[in-house]
This record gives sequence, structure tokens and C-alpha cells, in this order.
Amino acid sequence: DGVVLGADTRATEDTVVADKNCSKIHYLADNMYCCGAGTAADTEMTTQMIASQLELHKLNTGRTPRVTTANRLLKQMLFRYQGHISAALVLGGVDVTGPHLYSIHPHGSTDKLPYVTMGSGSLAAMATFEDRFKPNMEKAEAMKLVRDAIAAGIFNDLGSGSNVDLCVITKDKVEYLRPFDEANIKGKREGNYGFKRGTTAILSTEVKKIPFDIVSTQVVTSRSDSAMDTA
Amino acid sequence: MESLLPTELWRNGPQPGSLYNFPGGKIAGHNEPVKRTMYPIVTGTSVLGLKFKDGVVLAADKLGSYGSMAKFRDLTRLLKVNDQTVVGAGGDYADYQFLTEIIEQRVIEEECLNDGFGYTPSSLFSWLTRVMYNRRSNINPLWNTYVVAGWQKGEGFLGYVDKIGTAYQAPTIATGYGAYIAQPLLREALEKNPNMTAEQAAEQLDRCLKVLYYRDARSLNKYDLAIITKDGVEIRSSIVSKTNWEIAHMIKGYE
Repeated sequence: DGVVLGADTRATEDTVVADKNCSKIHYLADNMYCCGAGTAADTEMTTQMIASQLELHKLNTGRTPRVTTANRLLKQMLFRYQGHISAALVLGGVDVTGPHLYSIHPHGSTDKLPYVTMGSGSLAAMATFEDRFKPNMEKAEAMKLVRDAIAAGIFNDLGSGSNVDLCVITKDKVEYLRPFDEANIKGKREGNYGFKRGTTAILSTEVKKIPFDIVSTQVVTSRSDSAMDTA
Repeated sequence: MESLLPTELWRNGPQPGSLYNFPGGKIAGHNEPVKRTMYPIVTGTSVLGLKFKDGVVLAADKLGSYGSMAKFRDLTRLLKVNDQTVVGAGGDYADYQFLTEIIEQRVIEEECLNDGFGYTPSSLFSWLTRVMYNRRSNINPLWNTYVVAGWQKGEGFLGYVDKIGTAYQAPTIATGYGAYIAQPLLREALEKNPNMTAEQAAEQLDRCLKVLYYRDARSLNKYDLAIITKDGVEIRSSIVSKTNWEIAHMIKGYE
């Protein structure tokens, strides 16, 4: 009677890690969240766009939005852009009809399945799901399975890394667990590499005053228009 | 003795008429066929290997794909070299058959020498690496990925050789799609239980091959398994994994 969404936290620019702890689980509605793989800007802006459309729809209808509505809105937009918006999404939520999980591809095709994975680590995560998924799991078991699937991606795929974020959506509440599991904590520096005073022996000290003559004096007024000149 | 007139005036030099392409005549120098593998024809998919406490297990499914067609469903992609070594192959099946003949002939020659020495897994691995790298350097590769598994000096051996000559040894090896799908599962299994028994290792490979059957579109649910221990090589043929399609009932439509 719920959905568990999971994501890693690495954002890459080709082979460089741009963000070690980005948030890939995006808010769509109080009862719906969307994980986004692909171009970060595309996933962010697309989910925000649909989130705003859902909010207006909610105010128009006076009802909590359905997950299938978000699915339709997302796929119709992505199809319109013929795959040029590189957003591969995992949409999950709970509404009056129950819990739902969708995967949405950049070209606009959707799949409604009990378990889905997207992104570069999707094969590693899917392997974990195919091995251990069972229908009607308990919440704790499901959370562990999703965590393990993301961990498989983090440790076996170079495009994924850092921490595991989780989002558990049930009828009554949403638990946005960020981070759920800090799997890659940076090592603490063991020692201090500074040199202690006295490492180099001081043989003698001498304080000298350097004699100088004042050659000229000039008074400069700071004019307000060039005070903070950032031209 | 009378000297025989030489039949050719010179050897290894230019042939008359070969330097200029006369119009309307046959193109000079194109008498031999092109003999390089440009692309694989009948292919095998992933090969999986796992080192356990007292040996190594190796598995490969029995499919030879002809592009997207499941043409040959009873191929063995595992070769028992001797009582210490087994080689598994993915990629072009013809190139694997070619190498199989060479390996088997070499094993016979080793036997003929009768000096008590045979091929150890690491010697075969080194030889294979050299062969593969040399072929690639001549832009005429054997389009295969090999996994060499064996038992030597009281411990298991597991190595990987590519068509481009990349070679390495590791406690778990998975080629092809197995690298993306099975390798995470194998690594996790080994981390949880570093001292597995042969049966546990075989079970892990079965688990991985099952997932590969679900997710690799060029795979088959029938495989061979080789278990190598100090007591020799055991090959189990044509094992079928039990697949679970329970979730099928939950899937209706696409939204």
C-alpha cells in the first residue's frame, strides 16, 4: 500500500563529478514524487513545470491529483519534444485509486510496473530487483531492497555514487529520507601536517626598524559614483 | 650433377603486370580473399565466473545467436582443457571453434612430450593473452571474450582475456551483459559470504544467469556449469533455471 522511490546523489559532467550530493527525488505533489535521470536541468525543469500544472489542476478540481494525471502530463510534454528533453523519470505516488509506479522515457513512452529503474546504474539496480522483488512486501523490506538496488548502482557504476536518498510514499504520509544511507563518507584527515614551532631551531632574533622618509603626501577623496565601481 | 634451370627468375619480388592496373583487365594483387574478422556472425553472450573457498565455478548459456535469431540452442561455450583448466568463451563462435582446435592440438603435443608437465591455468592465460593481443595488433582479432578458470598451486584461478588483449584476474568475472547485470550480484554475494562452498557458488551463478535470462535479449534459459576443484573438473550440462513470472499478473497496459 505504498511506493518506495530511491536515488543516488551524484551529478556528473562527463567524467567529472559536478555535485557530490545533489537531490534527484523531485516534488510533484504532496502525494507524488519523481526521480529523474538524464540531463539534470531537464529533469528539474520538467518536474517543476508539471508540479505547477498539477497544483493548478488541484485548485481547479478541488481534489488531490492522481498519479496517472502526472504521467499523462509528463509523457505528453516529452513526446512533444521528440526526445530532445533528455529526462528519464521514475514517477511514484499514492492517490484515491491506490499506489502507482511509472517509468517515463525521454521520447515519451511510459510503463506501469511493480518495479522500475532508470539511468546509467539501472542495470545493476534492476538485477537487484529481479533477484529479490516479491509482491506485497512490507515497508521495511521494500526500503532495504531499494537501498540495496541503489547501492549496487553506486558501487558498480561509475555514473552513480555518494549517498542513497529514499522517499517512502503511503496513503497518509510521505517520508523524504535524505540521506537514507551515507555509503561514501570522505575519509577524515588523520594528522596535522603543519610543523610545530621549534622544528627549525631559532639561533638568534634581531628586531630592526627600517628608516624611511616621507617624500610626498596626497589626499584622495572617494567619490560616491565610483566607490563601488564594478564596470 | 646437372644444375636445374630455375623455374622463376626471381623470388619474392614484383610479379610482371602487377604494378599497373590495365584498363579492362583484372585488378592486380586481389587474388587472395580478405581474411579478417570484421564483425561477429554467430555469437555467444555472457560468461560468468566465481572463485569460492576450494575452487572456481564457470558458467555460460547454450545459445548461439545469429544476430537477433536464436539459431543454435545447444552450443557448449565451455571447453575443458585438462583436469585443471576450463575456458569459457563469448563472442564469435567460429573464432572460438578455431581456438578450440588449436588448444586441443597443443594439449596433445604436451602429452606427447611426456614430461609430467601440462598446461596450468595461468600458463594458458598468458599464452591466450599474447595470442589475442598479437591478433589485435595485426588488425585481425579473434572476436571473443575468454574466461580462463582453473586450479593451481592450492588455489583457484580466474582470468579474463578480451578481443583487444585486455587481461586481468579477479575473484568474480562476468563478460558481456553479465558485466552490467551479474557482476553487482556476484560481488555482493562474495562480500556477504567470502568462503562459499561449491554448491553455494553454483547457486549464485544460477541466480545471476536467471536474471540475465530476464534482462538480456540474447540469452537462453539453458546453461552449462563447470566446477573446478583440486579433485578435477566437473561439468554439468544443460541446467535450466526456475524462472518466476508471478509479477505478470500485476502488469496491465502502460499507464
